Amino acid sequence: MPETLIFYALSGLAIGASALVIGQRNPMYSVLMLIASFGALAGLYIQLDAPFAAVAQIIIYAGAIMVLFLFVVMLLNAPTEDGAEWDRSHPLRQPAVARFGGMLALLLVVQLAWALLRAGGLSGPVAGQGDVAVVSSVRELGRVLFTDYVFAFEATSILILVAMVGAVVLARREGDRP
Amino acid sequence: MIPLSHYLIVSAVLFAIGTAGVFLRRNLITILLSIEIMLNAVNLTFIAFGRQHGSLDGQIIVFFVMTVAAAEAAVGLAIVIGLYRHRESLNPDTFASLKW
Repeated sequence: MPETLIFYALSGLAIGASALVIGQRNPMYSVLMLIASFGALAGLYIQLDAPFAAVAQIIIYAGAIMVLFLFVVMLLNAPTEDGAEWDRSHPLRQPAVARFGGMLALLLVVQLAWALLRAGGLSGPVAGQGDVAVVSSVRELGRVLFTDYVFAFEATSILILVAMVGAVVLARREGDRP
Repeated sequence: MIPLSHYLIVSAVLFAIGTAGVFLRRNLITILLSIEIMLNAVNLTFIAFGRQHGSLDGQIIVFFVMTVAAAEAAVGLAIVIGLYRHRESLNPDTFASLKW
């Protein structure tokens, strides 16, 4: 069952790399680990017959967004997070609060797993209905994107324009006159 | 064949890791990275369900989520740069001027 093995390898890589993203204090390594996690997720998308999403994941996420993050980490010469930086004067800033946050995350995963186990009809193989040729077709995807979802597509373009202008305005130095 | 629930469990674990990162880390850049992990967990759910129902809508929503994530990263990182210029720190506890 190579398919099952590939699934477990990729999901293990994704989960392990994501755990390392939040598991250590150097933001540089966090960004690199997140790129590895995105690569593994792209492999999972290919397994789910979504090649367009996989390629977009690599190009947009690992290629563009993560390079933006890397650029900022290097630009700010981001300091390694210091464990002694905790301000211990305020009760709300004790590490116990952080442990509470970890507990909440653990509770979330238990709750989600419980909900998944309770819900029926999810245990069947994932390639349930539909034609693989239709689902994985980029041509069909483009047709649907530019007909049924054309309004959302245009709204997204405006969103990106606004984000671009906003980023330029926010990152401008105080004294600069445009 | 891999059951749908396996994909959903992977997605749930990734989402929980992202949540834990937002709670636990004390670095604005790592917090933004955790948000990206959560967005990706949701993307995996969309694609798995879309495959299950033989529908393209999941992949289209993932496309929109990616563009929104790009916009969010651009604006968020611009805010981080601005904050760093003011306080020379990336610790979110430093930016507590609005707290009583």
